[in-house]
Amino acid sequence: MSTDATPLVEMRNIEKFYGRIHALKNVNLTIRRGEIVGLLGDNGAGKSTLIKVLSGAVPYTSGQIFFDGRELNLRSTNDAIDAGIETIYQDSALVPQLSIARNLFLGRELVKGPKVFDMLDNDRMNKVAADLLKRVGISKNIPPTTPIGSLSGGERQAVAIARAMYFDSDLIVLDEPTNNLGVAETQGVLRFVREARDTGHSCIFIAHNIHHVFQVVDRMVVMRQGMVAADDLSPKTSSIQDVEDIITGEHLAA
Amino acid sequence: MTDQKTDAPSVVSSAAPPASPGLVRLLIAKPEFGPLILLVVMLVVFTSINPAFLSLTNISNALTFTVELGLIALAMTLLMTAGEFDLSVGSVFGFAPVVMWTIFNTGAMPLFPAFLCALLVAIFIGFVNGVFVTRLAIPSFLVTLGMLLVVRGSALWLTSGFPQRTWDAGEQWLAALLVGDFYIGGLRIYMSLIWFILIALIFHFLLTQSRFGNWIQATGGNPSAAKNRGVPTKRVKMILFMLCSAMAAFAGIISSIRVSAANPNSGMGYELEVIAMVVIGGTVLTGGRGTIIGTVLGVLILRLMRNGIVLIGVPGLAYNIFVGAIILGMMALHSALEKRNNEGV
Repeated sequence: MSTDATPLVEMRNIEKFYGRIHALKNVNLTIRRGEIVGLLGDNGAGKSTLIKVLSGAVPYTSGQIFFDGRELNLRSTNDAIDAGIETIYQDSALVPQLSIARNLFLGRELVKGPKVFDMLDNDRMNKVAADLLKRVGISKNIPPTTPIGSLSGGERQAVAIARAMYFDSDLIVLDEPTNNLGVAETQGVLRFVREARDTGHSCIFIAHNIHHVFQVVDRMVVMRQGMVAADDLSPKTSSIQDVEDIITGEHLAA
Repeated sequence: MTDQKTDAPSVVSSAAPPASPGLVRLLIAKPEFGPLILLVVMLVVFTSINPAFLSLTNISNALTFTVELGLIALAMTLLMTAGEFDLSVGSVFGFAPVVMWTIFNTGAMPLFPAFLCALLVAIFIGFVNGVFVTRLAIPSFLVTLGMLLVVRGSALWLTSGFPQRTWDAGEQWLAALLVGDFYIGGLRIYMSLIWFILIALIFHFLLTQSRFGNWIQATGGNPSAAKNRGVPTKRVKMILFMLCSAMAAFAGIISSIRVSAANPNSGMGYELEVIAMVVIGGTVLTGGRGTIIGTVLGVLILRLMRNGIVLIGVPGLAYNIFVGAIILGMMALHSALEKRNNEGV
């Protein structure tokens, strides 16, 4: 039974070895409902590994993951998506040759007719996609049959976020969503993230650019050397300098 | 009222010009556009030099040989769209009929079970290709190059290098089903052509309208995105490697019945000609985009080219020069159009 007090995600004592490399050391992470959590850390701090574990992309060595109070046994990305965890990787979220609609439904295609071929229901997918594009505000003259390859970086992120919203994922994990984006596009993506929260989704937001993180998150978690170095930093009470010091380990020297 | 009247013509005149370039641009953007134009030009040139090119006998002859390589090209299109290719198809083309006729001639089995056995052996070859590529992550170029040698070697070893006799095929219903012929008017149609058309239609439908087709395109277009969305990319590739081998075996068996010989050396070099047909048609070697219609055009282009240059008096030995030139020209065209389309949006 889940109540509002039950955290949406609870990762307990997660350990991960890549061969002899100890990538995650006794990581504990909690995400509450409707919360945007910024996940920060230098290269190699373990952010990506932690996210891959949560999205079912890599198996963890030991530990437990609870989602909405239930323990998850993640063996594939499909398991995570089915549970309600949508991960948006920076470059590998979409297929450039396929249309917006087909990308939205990739792996979850709407089909019709006899089972033999699993014929795509293009009309229905295009209609849903058009509605969604309108909802995220990029409907302007972009038909849902447009190939992703001809969209801008910000539009692509918007499509990926729209997908997470359509499938009503409880948790949306964004891996460097503002990388390589212009100023206006970055603001667009941040707006989508807030919109997702306002409609009841939780988000994990990973970014190198601390300024972007500060603009949108409720709470920050910092990882260093495979461990959680801090997990209750608020953008209201901490300064960017404070956070940077924790990321680099400077605060220990001081 | 007067305003509307004066406005109306300007609206029409400003709306009309973008409409027609839009249509032209839409056509040009299709990967099948280039090969279609080339095919039409070839037909016109060859026919104007030698009208016999369009004679019924010539067409029926050209189509017969066409479909045997064409069957492999259809399956190769799907495999290449998924981002892999198979160099062992030529060897399987030679090996599968050797297996079938060896089993049949020793009296171990009637023809149809022997046919199924040969197909199963081919599917197993595709399975092994798939395992090496998807599980061991070895590039398909190396895996299928190795398999090319293994399979060709097996065919030679099994037959001691001699062709297997197949002249018992005449009374078999399977032979009639695969290579039998009938006439429509003066045009002699071989059953293999019917198979080719049927399979082309099914594959086209599969690639463009089915969920599996969507998975094929995603697997070749962005494998990690496909994997992240839960598309079983390894399974997609495995299935396509097996399909490709099976089609090569099917084509080889059809060929062996038609020429009444299962020659362990047959099909040599076919892998490259098949890949040429596929890329001329507009399928991308690196995966993600493929077209069965384009492949059908590519098959016709290469086949009619071979047939046509002989009819217009160019030495047959010069054939490869033309094929090479067509491949280079088509690649340049596809790349130029691709650039244009990306700039246009």
